Amino acid sequence: MKLDPEARYTESHEWARWDDEEIVCGVTDHAQETLSDVVYVELPMVGDVFDAADPYGIVESVKAASDLYAPVGGEVIAVNEELETAPELVNQDPYGDGWMIRLEPSDPDEFADLMDGDEYQAFVEEEEG
Amino acid sequence: MPYIPHSDADRKAMLQTIGVPSLEALFEDIPASARFPDLDLPAPLSEMGVRWELESLAEANLTTAEGSCFLGAGAYRHFVPAVVDAVISRGEFFSAYTPYQPEVSQGTLQAIFEYQTMICELTGMDVSNASHYDGATSTAEAVITAVNVHRMRRKKVVVSPFLHPEYRNVVRTYTQGMDLTIVGDEAASTDPTELLDKDTACVIVQYPDFLGRFEDLTDLGQAAQDVGALLIVATDPIALGLLKPPSAFGADIVTGEGQGLGIGLNFGGPYLGFFAAKKKHVRKIAGRLVGQTSDAEGERGFVLTLSTREQHIRRERATSNICTNQGLMALAAAVYMAALGKCGLRQVAELCYHKAHYAADEIDKLDGFSVLRDKPFFKEFAVRCPAPVAEINDHLLRKRAIMGGYDLGETYPEYKDHMLLCVTEMNPRQEIDRLVRTLKEVTS
Repeated sequence: MKLDPEARYTESHEWARWDDEEIVCGVTDHAQETLSDVVYVELPMVGDVFDAADPYGIVESVKAASDLYAPVGGEVIAVNEELETAPELVNQDPYGDGWMIRLEPSDPDEFADLMDGDEYQAFVEEEEG
Repeated sequence: MPYIPHSDADRKAMLQTIGVPSLEALFEDIPASARFPDLDLPAPLSEMGVRWELESLAEANLTTAEGSCFLGAGAYRHFVPAVVDAVISRGEFFSAYTPYQPEVSQGTLQAIFEYQTMICELTGMDVSNASHYDGATSTAEAVITAVNVHRMRRKKVVVSPFLHPEYRNVVRTYTQGMDLTIVGDEAASTDPTELLDKDTACVIVQYPDFLGRFEDLTDLGQAAQDVGALLIVATDPIALGLLKPPSAFGADIVTGEGQGLGIGLNFGGPYLGFFAAKKKHVRKIAGRLVGQTSDAEGERGFVLTLSTREQHIRRERATSNICTNQGLMALAAAVYMAALGKCGLRQVAELCYHKAHYAADEIDKLDGFSVLRDKPFFKEFAVRCPAPVAEINDHLLRKRAIMGGYDLGETYPEYKDHMLLCVTEMNPRQEIDRLVRTLKEVTS
């Protein structure tokens, strides 16, 4: 399982990372591996506002369809439009080209509440039993 | 013969399990006066007696097979070739339920796949679902699809005043609680184009419209596209044998009543709602889809596909949980379309068109009657009458066993004393001439 050292993680297998004043979000390497081939991603519109843990989109793979949950609250500044035609980027590069949305956080402190890489790794290992 | 299979011992065991002492106690919440009402039923009859009784009741009806019928307005009398019933009555098909298990349902799945393919060819769309209950429900599902394409952010739905009045009612019933604003059908003079704006999720028109008229919808399609609204076209599949498909006007979703495709009038049901859309909307559409694939040995096979859209996986987040289809009726439509082929369907459409125009021309010549000719029409047309429509229909029925037209004044105050007549390939010229002669009696 790959991790991004700069990112923080949620129990719903999303990652979030500061980029200047904004927070970039996506799903973790573990999530994409569990989902298998992603065939469709539905993302919100720029300007939408979410609270932390709100569902903001859908990721659909050959096996399942899952909701995407906002790691922190905020306003959507940008969405990854590449995913519309190339959903496989989620599998190929979950922490890079497979990003989902950029948020302007409403409460920057929420980021600190997320798990760091070690905590997430332990969480996944425990979840898998 | 016992109709209820439970024995006293069964009942006792069931009551014991749920901890209720007696059957009376189980129903004690129902007021005693309503519990065992006196139904005042006649004495029981033998099977033979029941048959006689029902047959004599049925004989009191005038059926379309005995009289002549010029009533349309959404349900149409078209010829049903014998091959349709012969195929759909086969035991393998007759028990119609959505086939979950491809390993035991290849025949049904292939039939639905072929139905979908032919609906796509007829409407010009990319993808068709496995069908809905009727034209009204498939149109309502199209509205829900459009609202979901806009992620529930657009709340306005524009409907043409000439969309079937019952479809408009069903759209309103279906979307209760979705907080939509449905506008456009308050008056017959409303132009849907003028109501389009950035809050409009979709605009729905009927083609040919409820009055049987058709027109080029290119401008409406463009206007809808300009504001990002979806164009939904409810259509008559028989008309598409002759007219340009709605895809030519940029339709996003095409729906309609498929009853005309090999399904009898059946006293109002079962009917068939078809639903076809552009590929880009495929993840938002309602209902089941059958797709073609290859099995482990590389052989062609058919399965339910894109199930993630609906309640298999997305469940409460699905855009629609309607997954039932009219399997047997979809099969009937597939057999009908396959039997007629492109040329046959065009022939049916041409017969309807020419016969309807012959009838309209003859009626137009009568004193006091005038045919509405503001736009071209297909197999139905509105006629202004010199007397109330109910009176005329009464005369037609009593004098010549003719089922007359739909009273437009009931739905459109603007069209008081206007009758909507329908002529299909099932109305021979003698029948049309008799209709015209009988109408003439009204004024003389």
